[in-house]
Amino acid sequence: MGLFILNPGILTTVQDAGRFGHQAAGFSVSGPMDADALYTANILVNNPPDLACLEMTFLGVTAVFDRKTWFAVTGADMSPTLNGKPIPSYEAHEAKAGDKLVLGPAKNGKYTYLAVAGGIDVPVVMDSRSTNLKCGIGGFSGRKLAAGDDLPLYVTGRFLDNHYKKHLPSQSEIGPAPDGASRSIFLRVVPGPQAHFFTEQGLREFETEAYTLLPESDRMGARLSGKPVEAKAGVDIISDAIALGSVQIPASGTPIIMLADRQTTGGYAKIGTVVSSDIPKLAQSLPGTEVRFRFVTVEEANRLYQQHQKYLKKLARKTGFCPNKW
Amino acid sequence: MDSIQFYPAGDSTVVVQFGGTINEATSRRIARFAENLRQARVKGVGELIPTFCTLSVQYNPRVIGYQKLVKQLHRLLPHEDDGAAAAKTIHIIPVCYGGEFGKDLPFVARHAGLSEQEVIHHHTGRDYLIYMLGFLPGFSYLGGMDERLFTPRLETPRTKIPAGSVGIGGEQTGIYPLDSPGGWQLIGRTPLRPYDPDRDPAILYQAGEYIRFVPVTPEEYRALEAEIKAGTYAHRVVKED
Repeated sequence: MGLFILNPGILTTVQDAGRFGHQAAGFSVSGPMDADALYTANILVNNPPDLACLEMTFLGVTAVFDRKTWFAVTGADMSPTLNGKPIPSYEAHEAKAGDKLVLGPAKNGKYTYLAVAGGIDVPVVMDSRSTNLKCGIGGFSGRKLAAGDDLPLYVTGRFLDNHYKKHLPSQSEIGPAPDGASRSIFLRVVPGPQAHFFTEQGLREFETEAYTLLPESDRMGARLSGKPVEAKAGVDIISDAIALGSVQIPASGTPIIMLADRQTTGGYAKIGTVVSSDIPKLAQSLPGTEVRFRFVTVEEANRLYQQHQKYLKKLARKTGFCPNKW
Repeated sequence: MDSIQFYPAGDSTVVVQFGGTINEATSRRIARFAENLRQARVKGVGELIPTFCTLSVQYNPRVIGYQKLVKQLHRLLPHEDDGAAAAKTIHIIPVCYGGEFGKDLPFVARHAGLSEQEVIHHHTGRDYLIYMLGFLPGFSYLGGMDERLFTPRLETPRTKIPAGSVGIGGEQTGIYPLDSPGGWQLIGRTPLRPYDPDRDPAILYQAGEYIRFVPVTPEEYRALEAEIKAGTYAHRVVKED
């Protein structure tokens, strides 16, 4: 059928850019934890940047291709080998029918992405191919991959083959993976929507204290330990919507940063929201990483967003004709 | 009327806050604001998420910046609720109360000092506004339950509640859209599928609409269940002023 899974790793799911447009009905966005790595994997094989890839957590898959195609591996380094021969990440590779791809444990982060030319061709459910594990929809039968799964691939044509040989960028053009194993990260945070729930001291300490990323962190959120953030009078709010990167302060006072599988609404005060371009490095950070916050204005955050999008577009242009296609 | 506030939620969302109390007038106002916004087709605006007292407006900062968007949103705010509400859209939800479908009905009745029949009577005796959907796909936060039925949640939540279960949690009542853990007192179950990923839309109802529970017998429940399975059941929606 396409890509046959011999070993599924620990938590491997199909994810595209995410399931947008259904949050008002209570559907989580899902999508990649490291959106930059998914984007890069796709453009490396000349896909539109939001096509469905495999997202692997901590440990990669062992899989066999049933056809000639192209693929790329990005995100945390899982020491990929093709038929036993080491191959670089962040580079497009040709696979022939019967070729075996083996991905090992993640060395410098948590999440690794495998893009295949044309994308993983699972059915679109409510406008997305992303797996929503809680509802059991999207992705491959709404679940994480298991040994023996046979993933449908989009059929690639001869035309692509010629194009690929000419145009695919090399690793040096795209640049290496961000280092998820760094011991300390800085996250930029826009204050609000409930920053006013916290005391001046609480807000000040939120910026000056160092927090530690806990192992309980998952696709739903990054949990931190550290000095509790002081609230004026409780942190319960009338439930409202939760944006990507929302920094919730529950009754314990220690922050939880809401990520891809976050629930759509919640009842804890949110001191601020991490800017979207800082989410990938948080997602890739290992437990024990020191996390520091710095407030930025919303105007600065808008500017950072634009800058980041420009950077991604620039990467995409290196693939030749791709940006004109979308 | 409470004042309206704008807050950023990161680099690509504006939260528009309509005061701090849950009531139908606020909910109607938020629904009207969302409608205005959809009709105005403001460039760069994406998903809209209504909640009890807010509308979350997602936007693309490459197309429009926060300050400029807030100015535009200001212009699209609806006037204070004038009471001239549009026709209500009411979803008819058949529910089999008690027995195997509503194991906590005896407890709820005891807690309220009412008979089981009286609980059913009070629960079905009014329409409930869907303030918002969230927590789970299609999980509806309903307002306006009869005060006599307020019942604390279970001390130990159940690990699996079947889809369609109708429960009471504190001052709220609602329907579990899919199998999930939960701590609400279960008083009945509907054979309807509030959530069906193969249906478009996947969720039967949306925020701003109403739900009316109608009691059915276990026999009727089974018959409806068979109809739904066969695809011959037509979901009933009524419009009332």
